[in-house]
Amino acid sequence: MKVHVDMNLCQSHGECVTIAPDVFALGDDDVLVWQEDVDDDRRADMEAAENACPMMAIRLED
Amino acid sequence: MLIGQEPHLPYTRPPLSKEFLQGKQAIEESAFRLGELDVEWRLGTAATGLDRTRRRVQLADSTEVEYDRLIVATGSRARTWNGRGDELDGVHTLRNLEDAVALRDTLASARHLLIVGAGFIGCEVAASARVLGLDVTVIDVADHPLLPFGPQLGERWARLHRERGVDLRLGVGLAALYGDTAVERAELSDGTQLEADAVLFALGSVLNTDWLAESGIELNPAAVCDATLTTTRDPDILAAGDIAAVPVSLADGVPLRIEHWTTAAEHGQLAGRNALLEPEDRVAHTAPPYFWSDQYETKIQAIGCPALAERIEVLEQTPEADRFVAACVRNERVIGFVAVNAAKRLAWYRRQLAEEPMTLAEIRLRLAGERAVLGAPAGAAT
Repeated sequence: MKVHVDMNLCQSHGECVTIAPDVFALGDDDVLVWQEDVDDDRRADMEAAENACPMMAIRLED
Repeated sequence: MLIGQEPHLPYTRPPLSKEFLQGKQAIEESAFRLGELDVEWRLGTAATGLDRTRRRVQLADSTEVEYDRLIVATGSRARTWNGRGDELDGVHTLRNLEDAVALRDTLASARHLLIVGAGFIGCEVAASARVLGLDVTVIDVADHPLLPFGPQLGERWARLHRERGVDLRLGVGLAALYGDTAVERAELSDGTQLEADAVLFALGSVLNTDWLAESGIELNPAAVCDATLTTTRDPDILAAGDIAAVPVSLADGVPLRIEHWTTAAEHGQLAGRNALLEPEDRVAHTAPPYFWSDQYETKIQAIGCPALAERIEVLEQTPEADRFVAACVRNERVIGFVAVNAAKRLAWYRRQLAEEPMTLAEIRLRLAGERAVLGAPAGAAT
């Protein structure tokens, strides 16, 4: 699956980083970096991250 | 079935005091993505009563809805001020979408905004109004602004606003508002007279529990729940969001009302899942509270319970002190962290908080092993 983050919306709250630190991380400048291609067995975590984002910036694509 | 007093489909409120007021975001962008949610909506219909014996919710349109399981999530509303001049045009509170539209319209032609209350909403709107170029006065009866971020960081928040030109007056209340049809002038409790052609009351919130008063649900005044969000006297009724008082482990298991966006979102998801389970199978809510505020270019983030701190210690900060992280301590235990412009660092502290209870000495020890902390070493004075 593909993970999209709208960087116009992202405000570095770090909810996704807490849920899936292997996929999402904050750089030293507090800007989000993430892995775009994620194994389907991580779906539950990715959906949790999508739901937890206060800015609704995360979108998943099959 | 989802019953709601507001006529709108669910929307997110944090932008209302910030991006929306500043004209950076349209109201439509606040709508939640609902996807294929298979729900029967009863919008614009307030719940007015609950009959647990007959398992029915009474609605404002005089109809009733029967339930097997009920989630109570009626939240809270803005606290209003009752006094001379409270009926004048140009006087606002800010909670929902209509409030935000009305406030934005007033600000479009106003010159001097008076904000009564220096909490989240008051300070965020002050920042938004300064960005829009208005003169802004903020008053509060407390000695510090933004108390939820910890009483001992108040000086920093006060400086943030004064440097941006806000006339911040602490330890003073409002006596009266004056004007013909619209507000023109305010009198403070110390006798000071101020020009004000827009007024925002940002006095916190009042729970929407009126409809539960006769229900027999335990109210403290929020709906008291166990950690699975199940109300104490009725396993078929759960509560979520502002209205739920849920035991918080960082506060020694005392049921607390956590009025934050992420907690409400977590509650909603968990209450929905738990409502489908029998009480013994339900899952506890354990995530520590997380909340934030954006004011000017400053992002304040907090994890845990800083408002309960007896002591707040800055653990790391840049030489300019424009980025820092502070620990919140109660009974020698770290119960939270506040970070300013330090999102990456907060993520590290958040992981520490998820583990066993720890003291300030322990967190300092772990910090000593960390690379890339902000500027000055631990222990710098606030």
